[in-house]
Amino acid sequence: MSFLDYAPAPESQALLNLRSDYGLFIDGEFVAGRGEPFQTINPATEKQIAMIAHANSADVDTAVAAARRAYAHTWSKLSGSDRGKYLFRIARLVQERARELAVAETLDNGKPIKESRDVDVPLVAAWFFYYAGWADKLDHAGVGPTPSSRGVAAQVIPWNFPLLMLAWKIAPALAAGNTVVIKPAETTSLTALLFAEILQQADLPAGVVNIVTGGRETGQALVGHPDVNLVAFTGSTGAGRAIARSVAGTDKKVILELGGKAANIVFDDAPIDQAIEGIVNGIFFNQGHVCCAGSRLLVQESIHDDVIDRLKARLSTLRLGDPLDKNTDIGAINSAEQLKRIRELTDIGEQEGAERWSPDCVLPDNGFWFKPTIFTNVSTSHRIARDEVFGPVLSVLTFRTPAEAIAKANNTPFGLSAGIWTEKGSRMLAVADKLRAGVIWANTFNRFDPASPFGGYKESGYGREGGRHGLASYLKPAASRAAARTVNAAPAARIAATESDPKTPVSRKKAAK
Amino acid sequence: MTRLAVPKTYKLYVGGKFPRSESGRVYEVRSHDGVFLANAAQASRKDARDAVVAARSALGGWAGATAYNRGQVLYRIAELLEGRRAQFIDEIVKSEGVSAAAASAQVDEAIDRWVWYAGWADKYVQVAGNANPVSGPYFNISVPEPTGVVAIIAPQTGGSLLGLVSAVAPALVSGNTVVVVANERMPLSAISLGEVLATSDVPGGVVNILTGSPAEMAPWLASHADVNAIDLVGAGDLDWINLQIDAAETLTRVLQPENGPDAASPSLDRIVAFTETKTIWHTKGLI
Repeated sequence: MSFLDYAPAPESQALLNLRSDYGLFIDGEFVAGRGEPFQTINPATEKQIAMIAHANSADVDTAVAAARRAYAHTWSKLSGSDRGKYLFRIARLVQERARELAVAETLDNGKPIKESRDVDVPLVAAWFFYYAGWADKLDHAGVGPTPSSRGVAAQVIPWNFPLLMLAWKIAPALAAGNTVVIKPAETTSLTALLFAEILQQADLPAGVVNIVTGGRETGQALVGHPDVNLVAFTGSTGAGRAIARSVAGTDKKVILELGGKAANIVFDDAPIDQAIEGIVNGIFFNQGHVCCAGSRLLVQESIHDDVIDRLKARLSTLRLGDPLDKNTDIGAINSAEQLKRIRELTDIGEQEGAERWSPDCVLPDNGFWFKPTIFTNVSTSHRIARDEVFGPVLSVLTFRTPAEAIAKANNTPFGLSAGIWTEKGSRMLAVADKLRAGVIWANTFNRFDPASPFGGYKESGYGREGGRHGLASYLKPAASRAAARTVNAAPAARIAATESDPKTPVSRKKAAK
Repeated sequence: MTRLAVPKTYKLYVGGKFPRSESGRVYEVRSHDGVFLANAAQASRKDARDAVVAARSALGGWAGATAYNRGQVLYRIAELLEGRRAQFIDEIVKSEGVSAAAASAQVDEAIDRWVWYAGWADKYVQVAGNANPVSGPYFNISVPEPTGVVAIIAPQTGGSLLGLVSAVAPALVSGNTVVVVANERMPLSAISLGEVLATSDVPGGVVNILTGSPAEMAPWLASHADVNAIDLVGAGDLDWINLQIDAAETLTRVLQPENGPDAASPSLDRIVAFTETKTIWHTKGLI
C-alpha cells in the first residue's frame, strides 16, 4: 500500500429496501405496465437491481388522463399556500430519506456516492424547498398579475442526474399549479420510483404526479400526446430538435435543455491551483455525463505546458472504481451504449491527430468504465472539439488573445455554459459579455442552485430552469395580457383543447400537413 | 397648368442601402380600388439571404451599443416619422383606402409605439433580469441579452405601417437585428419607413426590409441557420406549421401567428421573447 492507497470504504446498502419489481406510478398507485418489463442494472457490476415496468402508449394515455383529472378537480382548485405545503413536505421527506436516495442513485446510475450524497440529493431537497415558497407568490414571477398554470406538463428527463432532473422538472411545475406526467430515462428509473413512494408518504393528491417508465417510444408518446399543454425535455440536441418539430403548430409550451460543448477559458493570470481543480471538476464531475461540462479547455498559450503538467499530476491522484466507495472520484459510465459512444469519439480523436493521455489506473473487470482522458494538440475542426462526448474526455486548445478565446469559445452551435478563469475582474466581465452561453462560471465551474436560472443559447435549447425564470416557464400570463395571442389553432391544437376527444397520440408532422 | 408628378421608385432596404431585387423582379402595387400606385421590388431567396448577412454583420455594433444609446436611436425614429407624417398619411390613404383621419391615427400610433419601446431599452433588463441568492459564496446575476438575428413576417392585415412597427420595434429594443418581410399587398409605407431609418441614426443592417411574397421568402428565413428567431406574427395565412418545423432544425426560436386588431400589441413580453437569459456566477473571496 502506498500513501495514496486507501482501505475500501463502501457506503452501506443496508438502508435500502428495494423491491424486485416496480410498476408505473399512475393516479397515486403503482400499476403494471402494458409493455414488456425491462431490467435496470448497476453499471458498475452489470448486475440486475430490479425489473421496471414498461409503459406503452395506452399507459401514457391513462397517465395523462389521470393528470388531467387531477388538474381539473384537485390541483388547480388548491390554494397556492396548500400547494406550497405539499412541496415543503416533499422537500423534508427527501431530506429524511437522503442517504437511502443517494445509495439508490449511485447503484442505478454509477456515479460516486460522494456526488449523489453531497450534490444530487441535497440539491433535490433544495429545489423542492425553493419552489415550495413560490407557490403562493406567483404574482411576482414576472409574467404579470394573476398568472395561471398551463395544465398538464409532459416531462422527459435524462440519466445523468436522474433524481435531480426530476426535481428540476416537478418542483416548478407543481408550484405553478400544473400536474405532471414524467418519464425517467430508461437506464435510471429507480430513484423516480422511490420518489413516488415519497409522494405517497406526503399524501400528494392522486394524479398530480404520474411516473411512466420505458424507452424512447414511451417518451415520444408522452410529448406527442394531444392532451398535454407543456413539454419539458432535457437530453440530446437531436431529440430536442425532434420535439421542437413535433410540437409545431400546437400551442404547447416547450422548454428544451439540450447538449453543450462548453469552453473553459484559462487566462495566464488565473489562480492556477483553483483553475486546475475547476477544470477537473468541470469535465470529470459525474464522469463527464454533464450537458454543461467544460469539455473544451481553452488555455492561454503561455501557460499551456504548466497547466497540462499540473492537470496530469492531479488526474493521477483521482480514484476510479466502486461508486459506492466514499473515496471514489470517478464512477462507472452509465451504460454500455454510452461507453461505446465515448470510445468511438475518442478513437476518432486519435485518428484525427490529437494526442491522448490517461492516468495509469486499473479498471474493474465488470461494469462500464472509462479512464479520465485528456487530448492535447486539438484543433477546432476535430470531432472531439465539436461533438458532445458526454464522458470524461477533455479536449485542450490554446489561444493567445482574449478575442481569440472568445471566437473559439463561441465557435460551436451549442451555447449552454462556459467558464472563465482570471484574477482580473474587468477582463472576466468583458469576456462574459461576449460569450454566447446561458450560464457563465467565473473562477468556478459546475455550480447549481435552485435560485439560479440554467439553460442555453442557440442549439442548446430554450427556456430556463431554476430561479424565477424557471418558474415563469410553467406559467401563463393572465388572459387580458394574452388577448392578442389568438393563434390560428392547428387541428392538433384544437384536439388538445378539448378534453373529451380520444386520447390518441397524433403525429404532428402529419397533422401539420 | 398642372405639374406632372415625379413618382418614387420603391426598392428594398438591405444593409442600409436601397437595392433592387437581385432577381430583377417587380410586382404591381395597387390601391384598394385598383389604381396602379407603384412597382415594388419582389425580393427573392437570395435577397432574403443577403438581408440575413447584413443583419448578422450589424449585430455586434447594435447589441454592443449602450442601452441609453439604443433608446435614443429608437426615439429618433419617432422624431423623423413625425416630421414625415404627411407622406405616410398620403401613402396609407392611397394603399389602404382609409380616411385621412384614420391614416393619421395610424401614424400617430406608430410614432407613439416607437416612443414607448425606445423607453424600454435601458429598463427591460432591470425588469426581466435579477440577482439570484444562491447558497454559497458567489455573486450570481441573470440578465437578458438579444437573441441575435430575428426574421419577421410582418402583419399582412390591419394598418400596414403600424403592423410593421409593432413587430420590428420590440425586437430592436434589446439589440437584435431584423430582417422583415413587409405587408405584401401594401408595402409602400414599409419602404418609406426604410427611408426614415436610413436617415435616422439606426446603423445600416440593423433593420432590413424586404417586399414581395412572404410565402416565397418565409421558408428560406425559417430554415436559415444564421437566423436565431423568427416571428411569424403575420404568417397566419401561410403554411406556418411547416415554417415552425423548418425552424426546429437549428432550434430557432419561434413566435406563432397572431390575428386580429391586437396582433403584436405593445408588451414587454414581445421584447423578452427575443432575448436569452445569461446567468453569471463569480466566486467571492473569503476575507
